[in-house]
Amino acid sequence: MSATGTTAARAAGPAPGFLRRALRAGPFAWIVWGGVAFFLANLAALILSVVVNSFAVNWFDGWLPSAFTTDWYAEAWREFNLADVLLVTLIVALVVVGLSLLFGVPAAYALARRNFPGRQAVMLLLLLPVLLPPITYGIPLATLMYKIGLAGSLAGVIAVNLVPALPFVVLVMTPFIEQIDVNIEAAARMCGAGTRQVFTRVLVPLLVPGILAAAVLVLVRTVAMFELTFLVAGPDSQTLIVALYSAAFTPGIRAAQAIDAMAVIYTLLSATLLVIALSFVNPTQIVAQVKEVNPE
Amino acid sequence: MAEPRTVADPRPAEPAPKPGPAGAPAPGATRPPLRHRLAERGIDRLLLLLLPAVATLIALFLYPMMYGVGLSLQPRSGGIFANYVEFFTDPYQSGTVWKTMRLALPAALFNVLASVPIAYRLRGRFRGKRLLTAILVLPVTLGTVLVADGILRYFGPRGWFNRVLLELGLIDEPLRLIYNYWGVMFSLIITGFPFAFLLVLSYLSGIDPTLERAAATLGAGPWQRVRRITLPLLAPGLATTFILSFVLAFSVFPSANLVGEPADETRVMAIAAYQAAFERYDYTMASTIAVLMGAFELVVIALVLLWRGRLYTGHTGGKGA
Repeated sequence: MSATGTTAARAAGPAPGFLRRALRAGPFAWIVWGGVAFFLANLAALILSVVVNSFAVNWFDGWLPSAFTTDWYAEAWREFNLADVLLVTLIVALVVVGLSLLFGVPAAYALARRNFPGRQAVMLLLLLPVLLPPITYGIPLATLMYKIGLAGSLAGVIAVNLVPALPFVVLVMTPFIEQIDVNIEAAARMCGAGTRQVFTRVLVPLLVPGILAAAVLVLVRTVAMFELTFLVAGPDSQTLIVALYSAAFTPGIRAAQAIDAMAVIYTLLSATLLVIALSFVNPTQIVAQVKEVNPE
Repeated sequence: MAEPRTVADPRPAEPAPKPGPAGAPAPGATRPPLRHRLAERGIDRLLLLLLPAVATLIALFLYPMMYGVGLSLQPRSGGIFANYVEFFTDPYQSGTVWKTMRLALPAALFNVLASVPIAYRLRGRFRGKRLLTAILVLPVTLGTVLVADGILRYFGPRGWFNRVLLELGLIDEPLRLIYNYWGVMFSLIITGFPFAFLLVLSYLSGIDPTLERAAATLGAGPWQRVRRITLPLLAPGLATTFILSFVLAFSVFPSANLVGEPADETRVMAIAAYQAAFERYDYTMASTIAVLMGAFELVVIALVLLWRGRLYTGHTGGKGA
């Protein structure tokens, strides 16, 4: 799925290599590339300083710590019960992915194929959780959950994470579904397939790339979703990012290096997920509508 | 939505509603059965597929939101609007609005404006584009806590950033960049920029490049092509990007606590709401602040959309619409 589009490819012609292009370009290009380089250099240094610190025996002054050790990773693993936390993170993320796909894909199909009175209202209901700050609906939702005793449980954490995940699946899947020719479905129906058969035999096999993309993206977002999980999580239902925040927000209790070690583990986890996601889907394809223009 | 829809439905080749095995007999010979008339307007059993998603969102989103609005109107003491009056008369609370805006608006604006020239350079196709895009997008995964952690180390008084500047002789004493406004700003840029860049890049690659070449044949220089062709076509996309970046920056919470000055300079609305709910257990005030937070954000979004409505939003020739 080359999303850069056939038109762009035709315009650019054979790939010239961006370095050569940059060398040929004027001062404006140099400013842009300089800015990018400055941003990336600072970012790399920022990440590196966390990584270096997570291996440092101690690092108070100087360019580098005096000695290195891997003890902090072992300590972080023990101190923060990382095995449990990772298990909770995994369960929450996978259940959220499963449920949001199960509910979201059929909804996206109905929205892509039908124009019905009230469609605008449904779209608004889907857009609002994406647009409003999580705290806005998170606080009343958490209040309700404390009232009915759902807060602190795994089910509660899964439920709050569904709120942003479900609309996200619908919004990502809709353009993928619009791409599928309606005639294929019509043909299947003509051969006697019911709606369920159309789904399992025709649509889902065609939608596999889109479903995978949506699944991995929801996985990444759920692992990274801090605010909502933080509001309802109890001690046994913390995900990794909430455990990390709690450790970082109460400095002095834990060694800074152990917190950094945990942050590095977290980053490795989500970077792995993102790399998997990027191999399935071109990032620019997610946000723009993927209707390919037929080049005349 | 009330206009009677005729047969001229814009959606192509809709599968005709089949009579079904138990097709209800038509009540009148001249009028088609109710099911057919409904199906003609797009209502049939297929819409049941919406049910699980809509029901979930109503239960987990709409109902709690309504509950929150209701809760905010039942203050612990005073009349129905007492919470709102208290929020706006207490400068410690109402100041959070300004503090949030002061962070979110410049951060979103910077992220969008910085993305435009970079995305403009990166559109088209060349070797290494995918890698460079991936590197620019990777910070999305860093997560606020690692970014906050890194900012504390890297921009701290003894961090590498200040060290380099000191060695170069640019400054005499370390700059104070953490535990204040700037720390939060850096974190908003690091986490927000990749997202804005991704959106701008996809909008930009949706613009047909032949339009620019057509302008070039008419004698437009590079700057004129950008100014007269690309920017007007890109502007609605930029508005959308700004809205989404603003949404991200507006709900800043962890970084305002970790690298900001949560007691004073970066006491954003999210912190105020959290403190009301989980430190003072005043759920009605917390709901009030949460509702106001949503309201203020929607006001900004509405203003941007109003401006966006005056722009050209037609076909851009490429894959984006």
